[in-house]
Amino acid sequence: MDPVFRALADASRRHLLDRLHARNGQTLNELCKGLKMTRQAVAKHLTILEDANLVASIRRGREKLHYLNPVPIHEIAERWIGKYERSRLRALSELKKRLEGEDDVE
Amino acid sequence: MSSDRFVYVTYIRTTADKLWDALLRPEFTRRYWYDCRHESTWEKGAEWRLIAPDGRVTDRGQVLEIDRPRRLVLSWRNELFAAAEGHSSCTFEVEPAGDVVKLTVIHEIDGAKSKLIEAVSGGWPTVLSSLKSLLETGESLEMTRHWPEGL
Repeated sequence: MDPVFRALADASRRHLLDRLHARNGQTLNELCKGLKMTRQAVAKHLTILEDANLVASIRRGREKLHYLNPVPIHEIAERWIGKYERSRLRALSELKKRLEGEDDVE
Repeated sequence: MSSDRFVYVTYIRTTADKLWDALLRPEFTRRYWYDCRHESTWEKGAEWRLIAPDGRVTDRGQVLEIDRPRRLVLSWRNELFAAAEGHSSCTFEVEPAGDVVKLTVIHEIDGAKSKLIEAVSGGWPTVLSSLKSLLETGESLEMTRHWPEGL
């Protein structure tokens, strides 16, 4: 679990996860587009995310595609969220999103 | 052609054979896969069905590839809410990696914005976390032991 927290402790890496959340299955080149980081820096962050199993990659032909792997985040949630808290937490988080004016409430 | 694909990876402290059995055999799947079980002879080309505890077939398809205990590829059509979309494919890869086993699940369908993929993308992380918990601790996650109410 430590590598997951270490990987998530960096804003650039969280941003890369956000980009994969918005569009899953991107190549390194696609992930670099519009970022101020160098390609090398992005590649390094991706390695840390892959080592923490937050990103999974597969090869399709010559391309390496990166996917957000939510399994470790789920395991963290399961560790501390009790079985009866789930629906209350979901309601609270939707309320927070509405009040803060985000439009991506499911 | 565009395709919708999700890739899930989990590392489980177990052996490839135990993981393979846990993926296929009803006495395991019932404990971490919402009380569901597979029905198949597990030969290449054989039919495959996923059966809910009330006997309904929730998903069905064919065994496209099987190589125990390394690789299983199923064609997969959801019968409950995405039958019109046709078949997706689901690949399970089991690779020993030191004292753990890496399980990769790739679920994909041609054509973007699939309802099935949207639905399974919520389900797989839960099922896989529960499978990991079952193999490592002997206990699956409570929420995955029963069929979801009202479904």
